[in-house]
Amino acid sequence: MISFDAVNKRFDDGTTAVHELDLEVPEGEITVLVGSSGCGKTTTLRMVNRMLDATSGVIRIDGRDVREIAGSTLRRDIGYVIQQSGLFPHRTVADNIATVPKLLGWDKKRVRDRVEELMATVGLAADLGRRYPHQLSGGQQQRVGVARALAADPPILLMDEPFGAVDPVVRALLQDELLRLQAELRKTIVFVTHDIDEAVKLGDRIAVFRTGGHLVQFSTPAQLLTHPVDEFVADFLGAERGLKLLSLATLEDVPVRPTTTAREADESGGDEWVLVLSDQDTPLGWRSSSDRALIPAHGLSGGDSLLAGLDATVSSPTGLAVRVDAAGRYVGVSDQRAINESATRFRSEVLVP
Amino acid sequence: MKWSWIPDHAGDLVTITLLHLRMTGTAVFFGLLVALPLGLLAYRVPRLKSVVLGVSSLLFTIPSVALFTLLLPLTGLTPTTVVVGLTVYTLVVLVRNTVEGLESVPPKVAEAARAMGYDRVRTLVTVELPLALPVIMAGLRIATVMTISLVSVGLVIGQGALGQLFVDGFQRDFGVPIIAGIVITLLLALVADALLVGVQRVLTPWHRTGR
Repeated sequence: MISFDAVNKRFDDGTTAVHELDLEVPEGEITVLVGSSGCGKTTTLRMVNRMLDATSGVIRIDGRDVREIAGSTLRRDIGYVIQQSGLFPHRTVADNIATVPKLLGWDKKRVRDRVEELMATVGLAADLGRRYPHQLSGGQQQRVGVARALAADPPILLMDEPFGAVDPVVRALLQDELLRLQAELRKTIVFVTHDIDEAVKLGDRIAVFRTGGHLVQFSTPAQLLTHPVDEFVADFLGAERGLKLLSLATLEDVPVRPTTTAREADESGGDEWVLVLSDQDTPLGWRSSSDRALIPAHGLSGGDSLLAGLDATVSSPTGLAVRVDAAGRYVGVSDQRAINESATRFRSEVLVP
Repeated sequence: MKWSWIPDHAGDLVTITLLHLRMTGTAVFFGLLVALPLGLLAYRVPRLKSVVLGVSSLLFTIPSVALFTLLLPLTGLTPTTVVVGLTVYTLVVLVRNTVEGLESVPPKVAEAARAMGYDRVRTLVTVELPLALPVIMAGLRIATVMTISLVSVGLVIGQGALGQLFVDGFQRDFGVPIIAGIVITLLLALVADALLVGVQRVLTPWHRTGR
């Protein structure tokens, strides 16, 4: 566990970056520090591994004051991922990942095995190991950055806007993979972002900072969205607070009912919309006899969010969200009313303090 | 034109060419030895940057005759006097390129090195200097070519290596040694530059690869 106890950070030019910060970062969870630029979130992160030292107050890791530990020793035990990955351009991907293990004096074979293992873990093809960073795409570089931070299996991972420089599609993919990795690794992750959607998606807990280094609210995403402590937090969460809340609940408990389906080759009669399935039972789209064109439909599984379900009902010609099992095979449909009922139920659950 | 002068003096030509090379190499080597720490100092202590760069540029404006005269009481009419002078002249390029090379290292990379647990020295030696290398090497190439042509000014104290050929030619109103001197100097510059390009390619493998 990382704890901040009355921590202040003032820079030489007199600006206060962090003001009287008390914060306990729980073990094995993702804690997101969020706020607009200049709110002290990055400074807070950088004080954990002593890239910066607090002006006053104490930061402890598992009860031990970080200032009792030499900076470079401390930093070898804490993973660090930054924007644009900060990879060493003059070293191959494999050598980049091997940075900390080599510093720690691991033998060659152990380093090589670990690099191989990590590349697979973060989803990089093994032959990329011999490439240089500039030969990779932005998303691949960011994966290398994560692999490098994980190399010596540190219990703590600090991530400073790691996905800020990649396009939205790749960012969403990297976020999903981080969650998948975290489910497996259970690291204590401190994640800095200015993107509230990213915070809500990734955070087990979210700390909202305000300019001048004030921590305004520290709570779970659901609490934050339903109970913002003041106007500032409410504004920061944005206009679609209700919809963001729906991104936290899944379709798991939303009832499924059958609908008319057809195979691609069928010449269906009637005026009704039918759901066209492939031979493997994966949904392809909606078709009506009056209009032969297929309107694509994307199947949602129980793990997808209520928000995705609602979106599917709004964009479907039938007002129905197509549901699939884990393997992507059609199981039925859910209508807007069913999704709304689940949303209401979820809201009432999280509203209970 | 008596071109046969060249084969007749082949042995002498080889000897002074080697001397020319040795003087160039020594001057550039010591220039680098002085410029690296100075450049590092200017990079690390921003207050000193303009002073260090200013002085290294100022030294270059001292006329060679004046510089050699200043050195005469110490080193006499020897090649050493010329080499010391040339070393001073290389600093104008080498110091500036060392600073610029180090400044070209992306801050995120230096930050990452620190965050991985590198100390100052290791960051400098294994991250900053290798990344500054292309710019430092560019300076080294300019300094080398410049020095190869400048060695000849040593003729004012009788230590011009290939430059002595010009003295010889002028005194006897005979063009062949002058032409030989110019051609050999030119060839030396071209070969040295090509060699340094080769060295740089070997030292910076990450620059050789395309996407």
